[in-house]
Amino acid sequence: MVTNDNHQVSPVTLTFTEELSAGIYMIGFKRTFFFRAGQVIGVALQQNGPRRLYSICSGEQDEEIRILYKLVDNGYLTPLLSGLETGDTLWITEPGGEFTGDREPAVWIAAGTGVAPFYSMLRSGLAEQKRVILGNRYLEQFHFFDEFDTLLGENYIRCCTAETDEGAYSGRVTQYLAEQAELDPKLKYYLCGSAEMVVETRDILISKGIPFDRIISEIYF
Amino acid sequence: MQEKLFGKTLEELKALSLNLGLPSFTGRQLCEWLYKKEVSSFEQMTNLSKKARALLSENHELGLQLPVEEQVSVDGTKKYLFTAANGKFIETAYIPDGKRSTVCVSSQVGCKMGCLFCMTGKQGFQGNLTAGEILNQYRSLPERKELTNIVYMGMGEPLDNLSEVLLSLEVLTAEWGFSLSPRRITVSTIGITPAMLEFLNRSEAHLAISLHTPFDEERRKLMPIQQVYPLKEVLKEIRSWDFGRQRRVSFEYILFRDYNDSAAHVNELSRILHGIRCRINLIRFHPIPDTPLESPDESTLEAFRNKLNAKGITTTIRASRGQDIWAACGLLSTKRLQK
Ligand SMILES: Cc1cc2nc3c(=O)[nH]c(=O)nc-3n(C[C@H](O)[C@H](O)[C@H](O)COP(=O)(O)OP(=O)(O)OC[C@H]3O[C@@H](n4cnc5c(N)ncnc54)[C@H](O)[C@@H]3O)c2cc1C
Ligand code: SF4
Repeated sequence: MVTNDNHQVSPVTLTFTEELSAGIYMIGFKRTFFFRAGQVIGVALQQNGPRRLYSICSGEQDEEIRILYKLVDNGYLTPLLSGLETGDTLWITEPGGEFTGDREPAVWIAAGTGVAPFYSMLRSGLAEQKRVILGNRYLEQFHFFDEFDTLLGENYIRCCTAETDEGAYSGRVTQYLAEQAELDPKLKYYLCGSAEMVVETRDILISKGIPFDRIISEIYF
Repeated sequence: MQEKLFGKTLEELKALSLNLGLPSFTGRQLCEWLYKKEVSSFEQMTNLSKKARALLSENHELGLQLPVEEQVSVDGTKKYLFTAANGKFIETAYIPDGKRSTVCVSSQVGCKMGCLFCMTGKQGFQGNLTAGEILNQYRSLPERKELTNIVYMGMGEPLDNLSEVLLSLEVLTAEWGFSLSPRRITVSTIGITPAMLEFLNRSEAHLAISLHTPFDEERRKLMPIQQVYPLKEVLKEIRSWDFGRQRRVSFEYILFRDYNDSAAHVNELSRILHGIRCRINLIRFHPIPDTPLESPDESTLEAFRNKLNAKGITTTIRASRGQDIWAACGLLSTKRLQK
């Protein structure tokens, strides 16, 4: 989705760039503003250039603001972003959006780069009483493994579709959920990822007795 | 596949003519044939030279196509299925209503927005339609001659395909195109704020915004877009936009039983819409398969309308049309997709 609204953009200098796994990148710059874990920023290469939205993928107190993105081969912005180096300039909007976490018990469900808002919530001290279910094709794509594993232990579930590993579920997130005997209808369920993933997961949760008003979704459209 | 001509602007047709070694005025002649006359082949474009016709048909196709399937409701509403370029299906509804006849066009194959109450949302996203594919739903509608209005309320979120939607609006309203008044056209959105502002800037067509509940907490459970572009931001932009005397903004409100149909909803709607010259279209929810939401009864629907009218907000109930064929909800194309 191209965003070119009236929101002010300001320049930032990249202080971090890394390809975390094949096609998945992380870039960062010094934090100069406050945000709430789960919020997004608009990112552009020029002041008036086309913008895309990205979840902030760092903690509220971290010194750097980071984003995690997947390179979309035929896309506009991500191929350009992947060529950037530290010292390069990026134009960003103020943080916005209301997909924000709280201290209530909840289940966080994501696929791919949809993990970003939950990692931000985890780094912002909201991991207590949370269960995290993540989906990826390959094992190497479960970024931030150590932090999720240390803080959540058994409540950190990796669903991997193309590789197997001890401790990881083999299959998609939706399959994992469908196989669960019981899901707690009193918990809140936060979903983040592509439209397809969110809609399918929401349908499964509802079919397993979760009231629809306990489900909050963020779609990377 | 050959490049299609239908849906191209005058400028594009001029450039394309020059590219073929034809005079640039061929572009204007093509517009006449494509948008003002009823032709179905290059051969029928009799004021073009033989050479021009041969060159055009060697290199291009017209890009018009008839619907592949039709369903007729007991109330006269019809639903047509067209094939999109990617082999997928889109739906178009024809809704006759006294002197008014409306075509409801799709703008995408499927949709990315994932609204809880929507069949198209369940289908996921398969692709954007081109301006030509959007316009073909109008041009190739068997009842085209009867049409008085066009609404972009079929499958997809029009403002998530902004560039093609804007091109299609240009062809519909330009003097060289179909020369329709933009006042006969309504584009509906769930409120993608930046794209909405661009649409308001670059088009004169009416705007309809899907509201469905005035309470943020409820709206975020129905429509994931609320997380990204909250309603209050959308309304802030609408409030500061000068719609002039002719242009209209309206709000769509699907009523769900015991969810968004209380007196508190009426009061809050009246509060958040205060100062905006608008109307509300109330729509009764038609349950889709496996939905947790329910349809309200007639008396609740009417009472809700009456209370809003009493608050000074012009509110009408959109007549339930084509309920027996699920007009424009994505079900027909979903079934076809699954075949
Ligand atoms: C609220 C919100 C938050 C977002 N947060 C993130 C985030 O944290 N990380 C992230 O990577 N993306 C995120 N996105 C998606 C991001 O905004 C861009 O759409 C994406 O990076 C592609 O941009 P592009 O310019 O490279 O491709 P475009 O030119 O915009 O798109 C080309 C095509 O690729 C499709 N596409 C978009 N994303 C993907 C994908 N991941 N995989 C395959 N196809 C895709 C598009 O639908 C389009 O058809 C978010 C989107 C939204 C709405
Ligand atoms: S209601 Fe409109 S925007 Fe929402 S999912 Fe359906 S087609 Fe998409």
